[in-house]
Amino acid sequence: MKASLSMKRAETSDGERGATPTGARARRPSLIDRIGDQLPKIVVAPTFLITLVFVYGFIAWTTYLSFTRSTMRPSMVWEGLRPHERLWGNPVWHTALGNLGTYALLYIGLSTLMGMLLAILLDQRIRAEGALRTIYLYPMALSFIVTGTAWKWILNPGLGIEKLMHDFGFQDFQFQWLVDPDMAIYCLVIAGVWQSSGFVMAMFLAALRGIDGEIIKAAQIDGAGLLRIYARIIIPMMRPVFLSSFIILGHLAIKSFDLVVALTGGGPGNATALPATFMYEMTFTRNQVAVGAASAVVMLMTVCAVIVPYLYSELRPKGGAHG
Amino acid sequence: MTIRSTARALLLSACAGLALTAASQPARAAGSVEVVHWWTSGGEAAALNVLKKKMEGQGVAWKDAAIAGGGGAQARTVLQARIASGNPPTAMQMLGYVIQDWANEGALANLNDVAKKDGWDKVVPVPLQRFDKHNGAWVAAPAGIHSTNWVWVNKALFDKVGGSVPNSFAEFLALAQKFKEAGVIPLAHGGQPWQEMTVFDGAVVSAGGPEFYKKAFIDLDKAALTSDTMKAAFDQLRKLRGLVDPNFSGRDWNLATAMVIRGEAGMQIMGDWAKGEFAAAGKEAGKDYVCFRYPGTQGTVTFNSDAFAFFKVGKDQQAGQALMAADVLSPDFQVEFSLLKGSAPARNDVPSDRFDSCGKKAIADIKEADARGSLLGSMAHGHAAPEAVKGAVADVVTGFFNSDMSSADAVKKLAAAIDLTR
Repeated sequence: MKASLSMKRAETSDGERGATPTGARARRPSLIDRIGDQLPKIVVAPTFLITLVFVYGFIAWTTYLSFTRSTMRPSMVWEGLRPHERLWGNPVWHTALGNLGTYALLYIGLSTLMGMLLAILLDQRIRAEGALRTIYLYPMALSFIVTGTAWKWILNPGLGIEKLMHDFGFQDFQFQWLVDPDMAIYCLVIAGVWQSSGFVMAMFLAALRGIDGEIIKAAQIDGAGLLRIYARIIIPMMRPVFLSSFIILGHLAIKSFDLVVALTGGGPGNATALPATFMYEMTFTRNQVAVGAASAVVMLMTVCAVIVPYLYSELRPKGGAHG
Repeated sequence: MTIRSTARALLLSACAGLALTAASQPARAAGSVEVVHWWTSGGEAAALNVLKKKMEGQGVAWKDAAIAGGGGAQARTVLQARIASGNPPTAMQMLGYVIQDWANEGALANLNDVAKKDGWDKVVPVPLQRFDKHNGAWVAAPAGIHSTNWVWVNKALFDKVGGSVPNSFAEFLALAQKFKEAGVIPLAHGGQPWQEMTVFDGAVVSAGGPEFYKKAFIDLDKAALTSDTMKAAFDQLRKLRGLVDPNFSGRDWNLATAMVIRGEAGMQIMGDWAKGEFAAAGKEAGKDYVCFRYPGTQGTVTFNSDAFAFFKVGKDQQAGQALMAADVLSPDFQVEFSLLKGSAPARNDVPSDRFDSCGKKAIADIKEADARGSLLGSMAHGHAAPEAVKGAVADVVTGFFNSDMSSADAVKKLAAAIDLTR
């Protein structure tokens, strides 16, 4: 490919050197040829440039800001590691990281589990499967703001479940997770799982439909029970789906922002702060752009720590084929 | 053919556009102003509308750039982008230290010509001038003074339990106990950091008096921040925590006010913007509700002041800008605005006869506090310390209010959090 390109270039420059009246006529097709050869690159170039500037450029810019004296607006005055010290000295940041751990673990784990169970149950050739599938998938069509607001009302002791039970006559019933600083984070998990498990279900369902029926028949002939077939054959075969849902849910968890804002507002008393809400608050309401940038860098590194090993393990086997 | 007709259409519309601009030119002979604000709720919007009407009457076109969102965080994000791209608005509603931050960036205009002509230096209380002036130059015009150390009480309930205005925190607790016995929630409160901070303003003054408040919150003196007096302030907050209903988390302040209005709760500790809610519900001061200062803070006013900061703008907008600055501090606007917004005028020379009993009290208290040197910026609302410090204090206060942290731990965390921002 490269060799043919340079040959064409050589031809063109010969034509130019000739500078005969026929030269102009000869050059025209070669110009189109050149454009044609470069066309893929030309088409991709704007996207490439935009990505370079607006993704990687701004990552570099944010990283730089996290070492500066930026307060209300970005400043270029170098301050070394001081913003990072401020970040790690802030107890709310530690709360936010701890919350992210709890939230991500439960959110990813429960969504996957729920999604898989729903998919397996839906896969049993039941009636009205299409309608049920749609019902389970619908929460995904809502924005997290809607989910958060709805669950805020449902979980609010004075409006939702607790009041309902009181109205039914169970006066001792208590469900106050939303206003309890120790339990409020689990409210986020409930709303998040409700939102996402339908989506995970769809992925698992697709994978289940893709499994060769012959394998299952063979297992049945060998005398394996249904439970055993799922545990030993089908679920292990869905390893790629586990990985994709882990990646998708993982990045949703790390960048969770709107759900917190709508459901708890970070409260009670910062008990449900997450890194993303912390970053927004520092950058936009507390005039500490440098600390906000530092927290953004830590978040980026967290995402990298999760994604890079995955990409590495996923892309390595294909490496030989694609060059 | 098509190209030619498109070109003709474009030309025609351009001509029409020119004609329109020409036609509207005489109407805005005195220029135009563009004002960024987040006053979109009932009373606030009505208060701002007074200024809009006044300016339109003077032939200035008013371009409204409202960006909803109570605390103004969204509005400030937009402003940052506009300043960065060199397209500042004429003026923007601002609070406290933010004005100074923008002045430090060199983005604000010098209003000294207007200020000198109208004698702002004499009529605006000196503690306010600290925020509206930068290096001796007026950069913002205050529209009113809110104070945060208020208690709002449902009058019917207050009479029913035979309450009297408490002069100390102990008396306040006794009054709360009476409400509890009468079967109502003693204190309506919304569990949001800024509301807890608003309550804490009063607690610090009540525990240590105005000098202590100044030392701790304005000078950020470490000895004061870790003192037993500060512990006493946190103790008050802990006691207040026991007076709220279990369902307070995340409740908006106006819903808490509504609880007092409906008689579900006895009292609310909140700034005087709460008056707007009472007024909207058709309630009258002295008849349907009672106001008094946070117990033990009579004579001190912790204030925040709504102001309009004016940006450096092009020549075409400067006339309108100067006119707007003069209008904001004109006595008639100050009165109209404060009547609608629930604040007190930012000038000390306007008559208080049109205000209700709470408004009259606010004006008198501010005058007294200004004379005694106890007119102090509110920490909760960004008038005592810069945003970074305010945020650090808010983290500790809201963390304390929503957990079983001890007062001793709280003062340690408070000092550490403030240290981190330096």
